[in-house]
Amino acid sequence: MIELKSVSKGYDGHSVLRDINLTIPTGRFVVLVGGSGAGKTTLLKTINALIQPDRGTVSIDGVATHAIEPHALRRSIGYVFQDVGLFPHMTVAQNIGITPQLLGIDDAEIAERVEGLLKLVALPAGLALRLPSQLSGGQRQRVAVARALAAAPRIVLMDEPFGALDPVSRGKLADDYRTLHRHLGLTSVLVTHDVTEAVLLADRIVVLADGEIVADGVPGALLQGHEDPRVNALFDAPRRQERRIREVAGA
Amino acid sequence: MHDQLIQALRLLPDRLAWHVILSASALALACALSLPLAVLAYRHRGLRWPLLGFSSLVQTIPSLALLALFYPLLLGLSALTKTVLHHGFSALGYLPSLLALSLYAMLPLLRNTMAALDGIDPAVIEAARGVGMTAKQRLRLVELPLAAPVIMAGVRTASVWTIGAATLSTPIGQTSLGDYIFSGLQTENWIDVLVGVAASAVLALVVDQLLARVERGLGASGRAGRAGTRLGLGALAVVLALALSPLLIPAAGGGYVIGAKTFSEQYILAELTAQRLERARAHVARKLNLGSAVAYRALAAGDLDVYVDYSGTLWTNVLGRTDNPGREAVLKQLTAELKARDGVTVLGPLGFENAYALAMQRNTAMRLGIRSLIDLTLVAPSLRFGSDLEFTSRPEWASLQTAYGLKFGQIKQFEPTFMYRALEGGEADVITAFSSDGRIAADNLLVLPDPRGALPPYDAVVLISPKRAGDSRLIGALGPLIGKIDAETMRRANLSVDRDTNKVSPAEAARSLGDSIGLPR
Ligand SMILES: Nc1ncnc2c1ncn2[C@@H]1O[C@H](COP(=O)(O)OP(=O)(O)O)[C@@H](O)[C@H]1O
Ligand SMILES: [Mg+2]
Repeated sequence: MIELKSVSKGYDGHSVLRDINLTIPTGRFVVLVGGSGAGKTTLLKTINALIQPDRGTVSIDGVATHAIEPHALRRSIGYVFQDVGLFPHMTVAQNIGITPQLLGIDDAEIAERVEGLLKLVALPAGLALRLPSQLSGGQRQRVAVARALAAAPRIVLMDEPFGALDPVSRGKLADDYRTLHRHLGLTSVLVTHDVTEAVLLADRIVVLADGEIVADGVPGALLQGHEDPRVNALFDAPRRQERRIREVAGA
Repeated sequence: MHDQLIQALRLLPDRLAWHVILSASALALACALSLPLAVLAYRHRGLRWPLLGFSSLVQTIPSLALLALFYPLLLGLSALTKTVLHHGFSALGYLPSLLALSLYAMLPLLRNTMAALDGIDPAVIEAARGVGMTAKQRLRLVELPLAAPVIMAGVRTASVWTIGAATLSTPIGQTSLGDYIFSGLQTENWIDVLVGVAASAVLALVVDQLLARVERGLGASGRAGRAGTRLGLGALAVVLALALSPLLIPAAGGGYVIGAKTFSEQYILAELTAQRLERARAHVARKLNLGSAVAYRALAAGDLDVYVDYSGTLWTNVLGRTDNPGREAVLKQLTAELKARDGVTVLGPLGFENAYALAMQRNTAMRLGIRSLIDLTLVAPSLRFGSDLEFTSRPEWASLQTAYGLKFGQIKQFEPTFMYRALEGGEADVITAFSSDGRIAADNLLVLPDPRGALPPYDAVVLISPKRAGDSRLIGALGPLIGKIDAETMRRANLSVDRDTNKVSPAEAARSLGDSIGLPR
């Protein structure tokens, strides 16, 4: 269970997160949506202590994160960076295997995991020895997802992980991930600005605007409409899409 | 010419080996200091300005001066450890060269390492934190590997500088390829100079190319990169091992260390001393090309065993005297005071003087009606004075100015060789000549008499270090030289080394000199 209590964060007087209270029970798939600059990335980074909040506490399974060694905390949480953040001097296999390596897992075991994860993210095994600079943007995102899963974390945080993929493989990878999430009983938090994607993946959607949580509910309920016009505007796109698809199919 | 080249190349293995040892260890020390400091400054921004400021400041000190400055510093330190720990160390040669060169190499290393670390994409560093690396792991696994190519470029710059600057360690008593350059310039042995310059240039190029290979290897990661890096490092190790191999042949230890300052007469007398000692079956080592102030201090500290200096130089520079009680009195007081002060033995005068004297071309002097220093006073403001590198900062110059009211229109400093050339070429009208110099007669110069006795006498005297004071082998070998070499004999020997044609080496000149004063070979 991830718990944020009265979490605030600001940069020189400009506040980015305002008094965030959020509880994510174990096993849930929560998608954070919001316009750009809403504070999604900042919120995600406070969970694995990449960012220290100015006020409030973050706790995982009842233990405050500031009481845990940051590197130990981060090894137990998978994280996919918005800008991918692969190590340019390491091969695909080395990138994927980095956290297991830090945990002292032996090389044979790491190699086995790398092989399995490449299959999971639908990358050919032949890519294992390539450098990130020799991959396409979409392939790099898949590697980043594989890296986040390599140390078998219980919690996975993903910041716009499928942005650079084409729509078909994006849907496929998202589906595969969703299956994995259910299968392994992960707790997942995914950030996206694509509300359609949020609707397809989430158990629960949290909408962030100007550093505040302005809506929090199951996708179906949020599609019905919301009192906050910012939320409504955000969900307009999937609603219109749905209407149009029904019209076209009916005609 | 062919013989000169062969003679020069015979000395190459030893000089090259020392040059490589010195450069490699200075570079290693500089890396060992700079890399951690740069990493520290990367983590603590406040350190960056003082570090870069300090290393830039060091760069502005001319390297020759920096090397020379370390000698008195270490000498003081050695004296301190001697009194406190009853154990001193040699402040001459290797140690001051090592420290000065390391300090000199730090700027490119610090600057490149800091720039390389600063240039790493912040997203990659955040990713390193995100996957659970500690600060140390981040440095080892991400920051240093990514910074390595740029750091390596800094190592290349530093290594080329260091190999070049290491030639300047000669005047503080460290054998290096600079030995060719310093003595070659003195004796106008251009073959020596070229051998020294070419050897250090080739060494710098080879090392630079091998390091470039390592750098490319670091840049291109993956298997090919690692192979390239390994190849480069392997070749470097082979070069290092080859260069050092002459030193593995055990050197004869416990020999007498003979010093010389940077001019022909000194080289000849050092060779003569060496020949006498070798004839007595003693081992000798030579430290030629020492700075004037370095030589006496090195002898007093025991880093040298024997060398020839001049009474007037010791009188003014070591004892700080400005009076001139006359030749005999100076020698007598000098002998007593150096013994009492530093334990240095003045074995005795060789018989000739190598006095500082002002000299002019004979026909210029005639045209201007100048016969002595007194006549110079009036015309000096319209004349150009060419001095050697030290005369105008010596007390003799001050007393000369006071005694004759000398004010020259212009003063220029030259290496002694070029000073004579300047007089010949008309770029100087009056120069500081040396009375035992063969070029005075050869160039038909007039040495201006000093009727007011402003310049002290300059008897060449053999000095012996405190620890060899009672050494009968040394005294037995050098005793026969005392009082035997007159000015004419010395001038002839000097000229045979300095002249343009038919040059002989200082060692050959020393043998002929020995023959002419009736010493058995
Ligand atoms: N290190 C920082 N310094 C100053 N402002 C920042 C910093 N990081 C983020 N911000 C600001 O905080 C706000 C929220 O950023 P972010 O969480 O990245 O938004 P999102 O991921 O929702 O697009 C933005 O206005 C951004 O400019
Ligand atoms: Mg973001």
